[in-house]
Parts: sequence; structure tokens; C-alpha cells
Amino acid sequence: MALSTSSVITLKINGEKHTLPVDHRTTLLDALRERLDLTGTKKGCDQGQCGACTVLLDGRRAVACLQLAVAAEGREITTIEGVADGERLHPVQQAFLDLDGFQCGYCTPGQICSAIGMIQEHAAGWPSAVTEDVRPQAGPPPLTADEIRERMSGNLCRCGAYVAIVEAVARAAEAHTGEGHEDAATGGAKEAVI
Amino acid sequence: MREFGYQRAYDVAGAVALLDAAPDTRFLGGGTNLVDLMKTGVERPARLIDIRELPLDRIEVTAEGALRIGATVTNGDLAAHPEVRRRYPALAQAVLAGASGQLRNMATVGGNLLQRTRCGYFTEVSQPCNKRAPGSGCPAVAGEHRNHAILGASDHCVAVHASDMAVALTAFDAVVHYETADGPGELPLADFYLPVGDTPHRETALPAGALITGVTLPPAPVAAHSRYRKVRERASYAFAIGSLAAALDIRDGIVRDARLAFGAVASRPWRASAAERVLTGAPAVPETYAAAADAELAAARPLPRNGYKVDLIRNLTVTVLTELAEEAAR
Amino acid sequence: MSTATTTTSAHAPSVGTGHTRVEGRDKVTGAARYAAEVPFAGLAHGWLVLSTIARGRIRSLDTEPVLAMPGVLAVLDHRNAPHLNTDYTGLMGLRPDPTCAVFQHDRVPHLGWPVALVVAETSEQAREAAETLVVHYEQEPHHVELSGDHPDAHPVDGHEPAVTEKGDLDARLASSAFVVDAEYTTPEEHHNPMEPHAATARWDDGRLEVTDSNQGVTWVAGELQNLFSLDPASVRVRSEHVGGGFGSKGVRAHQVAAVMAATLLQRPVRVALTRRQMFALAGHRSPTVQRVRLGADADGRLRALEHRSVSRTSTVYEFVEPSAGVARVMYDADAHHTANHVVPLDVPSPTWMRAPGEAPGSFALEAALDELAEKCGIDPIELRLRNEPETGPVSGLPFAGRDLAACFREGARRFGWADRDSRPGVRREGRWLLGTGTAAASFPAGAQPSTASATAHPDGTFTIRISAADIGTGARTALTLIAADALQVPPERIRVRIGDSDFGPAGIAGGSMGTRSWSWAVKAAAGELRERLALGAGLPAQGLTVRSDTTEAVEALGPAERHSYGAQFAEVAVDVTTGEVRVRRMLGIFAAGRIVNPLTARNQLLGGMVWGISMALHEEAARDRASGGVVGADLAGYHVATHADVPRIEAGWIEDTDPDDPVGIKGIGEIGVVGAAAAVANAVWHATGVRHRSLPIRPDRVLAAAAGAPDA
Repeated sequence: MALSTSSVITLKINGEKHTLPVDHRTTLLDALRERLDLTGTKKGCDQGQCGACTVLLDGRRAVACLQLAVAAEGREITTIEGVADGERLHPVQQAFLDLDGFQCGYCTPGQICSAIGMIQEHAAGWPSAVTEDVRPQAGPPPLTADEIRERMSGNLCRCGAYVAIVEAVARAAEAHTGEGHEDAATGGAKEAVI
Repeated sequence: MREFGYQRAYDVAGAVALLDAAPDTRFLGGGTNLVDLMKTGVERPARLIDIRELPLDRIEVTAEGALRIGATVTNGDLAAHPEVRRRYPALAQAVLAGASGQLRNMATVGGNLLQRTRCGYFTEVSQPCNKRAPGSGCPAVAGEHRNHAILGASDHCVAVHASDMAVALTAFDAVVHYETADGPGELPLADFYLPVGDTPHRETALPAGALITGVTLPPAPVAAHSRYRKVRERASYAFAIGSLAAALDIRDGIVRDARLAFGAVASRPWRASAAERVLTGAPAVPETYAAAADAELAAARPLPRNGYKVDLIRNLTVTVLTELAEEAAR
Repeated sequence: MSTATTTTSAHAPSVGTGHTRVEGRDKVTGAARYAAEVPFAGLAHGWLVLSTIARGRIRSLDTEPVLAMPGVLAVLDHRNAPHLNTDYTGLMGLRPDPTCAVFQHDRVPHLGWPVALVVAETSEQAREAAETLVVHYEQEPHHVELSGDHPDAHPVDGHEPAVTEKGDLDARLASSAFVVDAEYTTPEEHHNPMEPHAATARWDDGRLEVTDSNQGVTWVAGELQNLFSLDPASVRVRSEHVGGGFGSKGVRAHQVAAVMAATLLQRPVRVALTRRQMFALAGHRSPTVQRVRLGADADGRLRALEHRSVSRTSTVYEFVEPSAGVARVMYDADAHHTANHVVPLDVPSPTWMRAPGEAPGSFALEAALDELAEKCGIDPIELRLRNEPETGPVSGLPFAGRDLAACFREGARRFGWADRDSRPGVRREGRWLLGTGTAAASFPAGAQPSTASATAHPDGTFTIRISAADIGTGARTALTLIAADALQVPPERIRVRIGDSDFGPAGIAGGSMGTRSWSWAVKAAAGELRERLALGAGLPAQGLTVRSDTTEAVEALGPAERHSYGAQFAEVAVDVTTGEVRVRRMLGIFAAGRIVNPLTARNQLLGGMVWGISMALHEEAARDRASGGVVGADLAGYHVATHADVPRIEAGWIEDTDPDDPVGIKGIGEIGVVGAAAAVANAVWHATGVRHRSLPIRPDRVLAAAAGAPDA
């Protein structure tokens, strides 16, 4: 039985439906960039090794380069073009802008989408690899600078803007929860300020 | 990447039937490994069956007190689940030590068990590789093998298994469940991965046409006091160069029960049974832990440039078991 | 006609105060388009086919079946490609690297050499067709291994002479109270900007238009014009946003292949490199083997200094990584010998990579200084201060400002250096051994001739046009501030347009020269415009435009040792039972001329220091002896520092300027990485008592040292 190697699919992106024929080989990343002119999602490695193509799939961060477009049908896709509220930037975007959380800007949409997803994961109580005690009875870990760094490590920044990115994420997370983790904003309690 | 057909399966029987119907077909879960391998040309399927919509995305506590984890549960959900974190903290830690937040949200438990090695010769199709192209040779033996196997390898292949999750599952006697056209079956994880021998391209004992439906972790009180430690060449978002999942039950200064498995040292997660035998019933002191590590590592056959892994695993064993013992004493 | 609207009253200077990036909103919303993101009607996609052998000859290519594949439009190879002219000297004063002159012959000089370009309607079709193309080779034995005593090593002049020598080295070493004689190695490193190289070429009404991602549109346009023997006016290269470059984004195979295909097909063709292809085609930093010999008096004053570096180049192009050059600036000695040697091997051509020469060279030299400090029993900072030269150690020229001592003083104060116990291996915190280290840094401060234009519009706004590149440096914003001050208006009234070769010739974003060179030209144009407006010049509807050209001014710069300086400090934690090394904190204090925009400058200096962490602990391309290629040629195999590797690090600066530069800029793009790896390595010694002379300091090396192997 010869199966078709392309399909007509409908993708729901930033609340809008887009119907298009796709070669099954087309990744969500290439569909966004080459078919739908949504070029804010970046192609850094195309192998899931840099995070530049991070989008939100059903509200959770994911890399678009390893997501086949045909398999994304039926899912809520949010890209960098869809995170602002009209002209009002998302708090994470605003913090990146104000605190200079980028240099060349190419990893930036991925960092921002990743941070949005990460802040929600943390708010849901998810532990991380640097969480001292992952057992639920230990309670949710505070979002310290080290927690931010570990949780954001799937987003490489070759310009090395990590310090400013962590500051921006900490500021945005503070705004999100309404309760600041001073620790993160100042660089972590264990970290000497030099 | 060659062209391929794509179908979605909505129930397990349908998925298995679709796979049975055509050659060169692969199940697509999160795609984090398969799609990458298709891009590099290592995998060239003619058809993908998308199984992400199968009703296998739940984690349940069974009547016997076991934990049943569906095959399409994402790594992110697995590590976040309160019962996993309460009963098997080392499993949560292992999953969290792997990949990145994005990839964990995509990758599934079933796919993670089946992920292929990250050996740089395996992923470069212009190079020989016995695992990818049987009989073509293994350039790693004389080449870049700093991160290759010290245990259970052969001249045919020295690649290591890349999963962190599977190391913890191995330590806790996980059982893999699968479905074929002939019905369901199960395999203890200990028997799931085949020895390398001269057939490194044959990686698992899963029958042809089988779909992994889930993993069961039997009740193991010892696992509540467990830890996963991973060492890698940068602080995050990198594969292990050595890792360890350990659980200890100590009473009156004596090790009553111990679980130990090593990662990134062999073609499969390495259950350290010889070490466990040394530990069980012995005084809970660092000398015991060192002797246990030595017992397991006596079989190590390092290559010219990966002998450091013997020291690393031995040191990790002593350190982590000591930490667990000290915590238990508190 | 309207009248000029500039104002001279109450203008607050913009230079020196922090401003967010003028294109920042576009970058955080995804609106900024990079090279591969500009849409073109009728676009075709090219995919490069790279050689799978490291040396030999192409016997044949089976193009017929590929041409029959769906969507395939053409296959270009050495049999049908247009002839290129490679007999010229380009903007950078260099002959073209044959690596970019694709499809001119059947020779294969390295693994990953472009042997064909497949063009198809979609990128998926092009990729599959390229992967299907069978190429038959005649393979020859290859050699890719560099050693310090390689018989083919020979001296090569780069931008500086290969060899400098004064004094009797052996005699001075023999009479020294303390001697350090050690070999240091650094591995093959790759730039890996986040944005892969990509270019779209098309012909538009007899003009070649290239939409590219590069570090200098003037440079790339000039190379393409020469290679394709075109009239200069008929080539336009644009590069509006650039996702990082670090030296790798000049003219490369993909632009040339795209132009060829667009010429053949007469439609727009885009060629983008994959991350994997970048490891063969984007250039890299050569590995180095460096020997440093230092001889000092009992009081630590250097009497003998030798720094010899051997690096690697391809067999088709001579590129030298001038690591020994750093000693010519930093330290003097009665006997002072430096030499840069090169070995041609069957590898891709290396190229400039952030702080070429200084990055690996400062690792060796500053680690050797630390070893000397230990031997002499002198504090490492004090040792450096005692060896501050009066004039250029080799040139004898005066320094145009050298504030290294001030950097060390300020850095030592902020870092808490005075409390340091100099003994190694005595601080423990849990499983971690702790240590601190320091190192000095310098990088040349240069300028390139540039032109710019400044236009006053009737609505009171101004447009600056210059062929500058903002590769993440913040140049667009810096030039906005420079123009605002020159015009004495708020920066909101300035619009800076860059990245278009039609704006006229300008220097590149490289060598830490970009912002300095462009600012010079912008200040000249904007300053003159303001003067004309002040004279009451009326504004026509199309505005009033003034042009500048700094060629004469830059060439008139008097001879001097012009450099930026810095003092790097690091604290590390080492677990010798696992081999893990973590940087806990880091501080860099720099004397780097006038800081135009403190917000972006801090970021860029920190970025350099992050490169230092990455270089010290992570980065290394493993070149396989058998195949001649990089094993694990991707971002999982080639580790750059992640968020988790970078703690809260700090960069600061002291007042500094270059009196000969109208803006006082020295350049900050590279100085941050210089000395940073040495500071980390010196801290690892302080933590553990083990000298790691080979980078990166990997866990296996730390473990081997702990197991009693000699110094790693």
C-alpha cells in the first residue's frame, strides 16, 4: 500500500488556524519559517541541541525542529509572535529588552518562549536537576538563580548573554508570582556579589 | 530525509496492526531522537505511525502498590509526578538530569528506552559503524572513545546507552510491557537490552512488531531513599560520562537492601549486581562501598582513553552511598 | 523649505549612559529578520554536498538520477560551474581563501569540501537530493594531526611578523634565578554563532543582490565582485541582522554557491549551512601547541622570555593563529623571542575567531606567569606589576595609554584578592576544592577607514547610513548615541541604517575595530552636518546630506602601541573525585577606552568572559585521525557553555581613552575573552595544586591528575 507522503493539515498558531499542504518531512520549524512567514522562531541547529526554535505546544515549551508539522495538527502552538498582548510586550519580553538579555538576538525568541514555559513549570511545582530534595514533601523549590540557570540550560546563547538573561528571567518571574525571590534577582544567596 | 507516509493511531491494537502491515515502519512518539536520526540519515523509515494520541499517558498506582507508567508519558510529566518523586526520587532526578526542559516535554518513556547511542560515528553516516551498518567496522575502538564503554562491550561496538531514565529504572527492577499482533507481553528491563557481542545492531529483546505500552516499577521501599548522580562535561544539557542510581536501606549500621546501577559505561544501563551482593549485609561504611564498586568494576575493560571512567564510577559509588547513609542516619 | 531644528541648548550627552538596543523590540518580538528569513518570490533552495574523504580527487558524480528527483532544478559541480577569478587581493589585504572558491577543480583538500550544490524547489527536496547524490572519489592518504615538533612547521607572517628576537635567550635562561619551561596546548575550536550562515542571491535588473548574514557588507561585496569579475557598482550585499559571527562570517562557500546557482537559474537561490556543515565550512580556530620559557631574577623581574606557537592550516591557504604575539605587548625581557609557526594539513582552513592569537596565546603566557609567581614566591599580581614595560617590548614604541596596573588594583579590591592564601589545595567546602586565579589581558585597538552619511530631515529627525554590521555588539545603538551627541539631539531623533553595501565602503565588525571605525565616520559626518545646519542652511524637502570618509584620518594615526587591557579574576570549585570544575564567580576589570553604552558594553565584556569559561572547561572539536573529520560535529558533541556553567560574573571598567581617536574608543569585542581561560586554569591550580596545561580542563583530565598522572 503506497501511502501519501504529504497531507493537508490545519495548524492552530497563536490562536489562528492555518490550513496548508505539507510534505511529511516538513518540521514545524520549517513550516513556520518557510511556509507561514512566521520567522521569529529561529533555526540554530535543527537537531534539538540549542533551543533557538523553542515554542509552546499546548502551553508547554518544546523544540519545533524535532516536531513534525503533520504531527502538530490539533495542538495549540504559540510562537514568539504570539506572546505579546497586542502592543504590550509580555513581561518576559519587556525584561529582556530592559535588562539587555541578548546580544545578536538570534537565540532570544527561544529564550523568551522557554522562560515563559519554565516559569509556568516552576509555578506548577516541578523540580529541576539542581533541586536539593525532589520529594513532594520537601515542597516546591524557590526559583533561585541556580534554578533558573539549570531550567534554562536548554537554550544556548553563544554571545554569552547569560548573566543578563538570568536577571531578566528572574525579574519576569517575580512579576509573574507577585512574590519576589530576592535570591534570584541578586544572584543567589550563596553567590558573593563582587 | 526520504519521503514517508504518516498515520495516527488512536488505540493500541490499531497501532500494532498498522506496524504489522508495512515494512520500514516506525512508531513516532516525541520524535526527539527519531526525527533527529532521520535528519542525519541514520533512520530512513518509509512510514511513521504517530502514537502520541494513544491512551498510554497515565501514571497509576496499582492495587499491588506498583507504579505503572504509560509509554507516552512525557519525561517532563514523569519527573514532576508526586508518586514518582515520593517513591523513586532517583528516577525523578535521573529524568531531570537528562536533555533540556523542552526535550523532556516532548520525549516519551517508551521512546527514551529505545533511544539510540550518541556515539559520533553512529550518527555520521559517512563513517563505518557496526551498529548502523553491520560489518562495516567500529572506528571508535581506535578513534574517539573517551566517552565509550568500559563494561560489557566487544570489539564490534563500544558505544554507550545514552538514557539517564533507564539507569534508574534498571536499579528499581522495572518491567517493560509491550503489545504485538499476537497479544501482550513483558520483559524485565534487565533482559530488555541485548548483550553487544557481534550483533551491536540488535539492541533490544522486543519482538518484531512490538509496541511498548508501559513500564511497571514494583513496590520497593528502599527506593524512597535513593539518588541519581550524573557527571558530564558541562553542568547541564549534556550526556553523561558516568552516572549512578543508588538506593540504600540501612538498619543498625548494616546495609539491609541496596540498589545500584551505572550509566554511560556500557551499551545498556548497567545493574551493579556484584556490587549489591557485597553491600547487602555488610557494615554501612565507606570501605564497604569501595569494595562493592571494586567488585563490579573488576570486569571493566577500559579502552586506551576512557580508563578514567573506572575511577569516576568507583568514586561516585563511594560518595553517593556515603551521602545516602549519612542522610539515613539523620 | 523648512529651517533647521537642531538645538544646542541643554543637550544631555547620550554617550556614556545606558540605552536599550534600538532594534531591541524587534528582537524580543521576533520581528527582526535574519538572512534566511527575508522572503523572495520564486525562491529556490540550494543544498551543499560535502566530500566524505579528506584528501584525493573527485572521479565522477552520478548527477543523472538526482536531476530526475522531484523538484530538483540543477546540480552544480566542478564540471559545469562558472569560472571564478581568485587572483586578487581583497579588502582585508588578503588573497581569497580557496575554500570559498567552490567547484573550480576536482581536488579534495579536506573532509567536508564542497563538491556539489543541489538546487530544488523546496528545502526538503534539495536536502534529500543532496543526500542521494553519489560521488566517486580517488582517495589519497591524509594527515590531520598537529604536534609541536611537526617537521613541516614553518614560520608564517600574518598581520604581524612570524618571528621577533632580541637578546641571547639561552644565556639569560641559564643565569636566571627561576625558570619556567612548559608546553601548553589548546584544541580546535569553532565559532558556532547561533545563526547558521545563510545567503540568498538573485539578479535584479542586471545587479547582483545578496541577502546575507555577515560581518561586513563592503568586504563580502568586494570578494563576490572580484570572484565573479563583476563591476563594483553591480553588486549589492545586505545584512541587516546578524545572529553572531565571532570571525566566521566573511565570504564562504554558501554565498559563492548561491550566486552561481542564481546566475544559472536566473531566479533567487538561498543556500543555508546546516550546523553540521558549519564544522567544515565556517572556519575554526586552529589547535595550538605553545612552548613558553620564562627566566626571572630572584625578585621576579623577567630576564628571558620565549613564546613559540605552532598552529595548523589547510593545504590550500596559509592562515596563522598568532598566539605568540601577545608576549610582544605584555612583557619585556633582556632576551625576548617569539615565533608563530604553521603546519599545513588536510583540514579546512582556519580563520579569525574571537581574539585570534590573543585567546590561546594569553592562556599559555598567563598560565606560565602564574607558574613563575609560584616558583618565585611572589603574588601573581605583584609579579605582573613588577614587569610592566615602559615601551613596546618589541617595537620600542610608546604606549597610547596602558592602564593594566589600574585594572589589577581595582579588580583586586573588588574581588578580595588581598585575603588570598597563596597555598594551593588547602580550601575545601564539602566535596569541592576551592581556588582563585588571575590573569592579564590585552588586545590591539585598531581602526579601519570608513565612510558614512548623515541626513537631516525637515521633520527634525536624522538618518545615518553606514555599511556597519551589528552582530550582537550593539553597534547600531552605539552609533545612534554617537550621532545624537555629534548633532546634539536626543537619540530618539536619530535613525541609523546599516548593513547595506550601497551605503558606501566601511570597515568590518571584527578585530574589535567595528564600533571605533564606524563611530569615527559617523561623528565626522554628523558633526559636519550640525555645523552646516548651525550656519543656517535651509533644508530642502529631501533633506540635507553630508558624507564623511575617514581614510586620511585613520592613516594619519601616529605609530604607537595601542591596546585595550584587562585584569581577569576567577574562583573555581573542583571535585577531584568526579573531575567536575565549576566557575563560582568571575570578575574582569578593563581599560578599554571610552565606553559608549554601558548597558551593552557590560553584556559584551561578560560575553567574552563566558567564552573564556567555555574555552577553559568545555570547547573542543575532536578531529578523527582515521577519517580526518570532526567526530560529533554538532552542538551536543561540541560543548559551549550553558546557562548552568555561568555563575553571576561581573565586568567593570576604569576611565580610559585613546587621545588620538575623536571618540576615544578602543574596542571591547575581544578583550573579555583574553586571559579569561588562564584565570580559570590558574584558579584550578590554586584549588587542587595541579597545573592543567591542556585545554579544556575536562573531567577525565582532572581525574587522571588525581590518580597520580603527571601534570595534565
